[in-house]
Amino acid sequence: MMAAKVNERRLHGESVLTQSGRAEWDAHNARATMLADSTFKRDFPLLAGNPSLAFLDSAATAQRPQAVLEAQERFYETMNANALRGLYRLSAEATEAINASRAHVARFLGLDGKKDAHDIIFCRNTSEALNLVAHSYAPTVLGPGDEVCITIMEHHSNLIPWQQACRAAGAKLVYMYPNEQGVIDEAEMRAKIGPRTKIVSAVHVSNVLGIANDVQLMGRIAHEMGAVMVVDGAQSVPHFPISIPELGCDFFAFSGHKVFGPFGIGVLWGRHELLDVMPPFLTGGEMIDSVTEQEATWAPVPEKFEAGTQDAAGIYALDAALGYVESVGFEIMQERERILVEECMRRMGELDFIRLIGPQDPAEHHGVVSFNICGIHPHDVASILDMDNVAIRAGHHCAQPLLTHLGIGACCRVSLAFYNDRVDIDRLIMGLKHVWAMFHG
Amino acid sequence: MAGGSVYTAALMEHNSHPECKYELEDYTHEREGVNPSCGDEMVLRLRLSDDGSTIEEAAFTGSGCAVSQASADIMAELICGMPVADAKRLAGLFFRMVQGDELTEEEQDELDEAYELESISRMPARVKCAELGWRTLDSLI
Repeated sequence: MMAAKVNERRLHGESVLTQSGRAEWDAHNARATMLADSTFKRDFPLLAGNPSLAFLDSAATAQRPQAVLEAQERFYETMNANALRGLYRLSAEATEAINASRAHVARFLGLDGKKDAHDIIFCRNTSEALNLVAHSYAPTVLGPGDEVCITIMEHHSNLIPWQQACRAAGAKLVYMYPNEQGVIDEAEMRAKIGPRTKIVSAVHVSNVLGIANDVQLMGRIAHEMGAVMVVDGAQSVPHFPISIPELGCDFFAFSGHKVFGPFGIGVLWGRHELLDVMPPFLTGGEMIDSVTEQEATWAPVPEKFEAGTQDAAGIYALDAALGYVESVGFEIMQERERILVEECMRRMGELDFIRLIGPQDPAEHHGVVSFNICGIHPHDVASILDMDNVAIRAGHHCAQPLLTHLGIGACCRVSLAFYNDRVDIDRLIMGLKHVWAMFHG
Repeated sequence: MAGGSVYTAALMEHNSHPECKYELEDYTHEREGVNPSCGDEMVLRLRLSDDGSTIEEAAFTGSGCAVSQASADIMAELICGMPVADAKRLAGLFFRMVQGDELTEEEQDELDEAYELESISRMPARVKCAELGWRTLDSLI
């Protein structure tokens, strides 16, 4: 629109170099450059090797940059030994790699790399991290009549563990719902978080709506009521900088594979005083202090919660993934995502058969654009888009209660990352027209 | 567009103009089938002959993706007038096909238009859509 206006003025021989015109033109140019072919794709072997693929499913799992793949390989080629136990140099190096990664994760979450690193627990993924809290912490505080408070936007990974914990304790699972603007407001938080609430657990960014919950405020209210605050950061960590001290939560979980790291590595951070007194989750090797025939004592945090041999190569590669994110910088990633989402929503909005789901403001989407096509099942949409090499997700997105709440059984979801570009969006739009034509052509 | 698509003209036609999607009134057998994760749901009704040996008429109602709807329509058309035992055998063939088993030429011929869905075996996430009608039938007879 802006370009058309500027070009029109050019055609009429007007100068576009007035101060405001100049600014407008610069802004347009910056935007066009930002959206053109993404040079970041070169960092990602899968994207570089598949130039005709529009990968629009980064919220399910992100692509991995070369630096991460190389780190994983480097570990096995030059550092491979079982960490923690070995008394030889190679094992000590592997241990050092794990500790360095732990410190890096702490810094990445706005914590102190030295002082707080031991409160970073490595596990498989967000689900396992949240299960750890639900299995080890919840039984120590939940009794009959108590409540756990979550939002209707939860991914099943932050829902089923609490259903199970409540069932086991005879406690009640309470839901917070968004208002008409799609926001879980303070009134709703105060209505649901009360003196019986022992745990509040909320998704930071919804994997379906893209909307960010005010987990900071939720945490303050939880603390006023004597409850702890758990944050599921699976979809927030890849999109904006996290500061746990600012969030003020008590537990924070995320998955490595959504933040350009390897599969199978997740992180739980917990407040030390809580972790310290919690019983272990999984038991076995590495997590003990001493063992007799009938008894065992536990190693200190974090080893207490890391039973069995750790995926040291994955942990080392996660370190590299966070390094990659820092090298690109959140400022650039956020700006690219903002512009991409804006462009994507604008162009999808021009197709009258598309119904967009979620907030109207593109800035609130954090890379996620969910939608439905009138009269066409989301699974058909995704399968037909796949024929055009456009990869999106369709279904209930592991958030069935949310979709039921929205009154839809399933939906399509485009999820953008900073490495996407205008070409991907062009392919998506063409693909969507193709879907419509197949059913109505 | 990649070759081997399941969205053939025939499938799209069955989806948009199903012959056997209606409420069968004088039915003898009825069964509901659902794919909870997709939201596909259907009710399959059959009218068997008095001796219970033949499917005189088959029809379905419900909603779901194009694959589930078209597959059910193709199935219902095929089994109308068919001995129950043959329909049961056909369901078995269909399940083998969508699981990626190679069928003999005779078996392919026997599946007739349902063989259109052969390529679904390469779309594992959609297999249960294609199977819904047949599973419902299989549990009913």
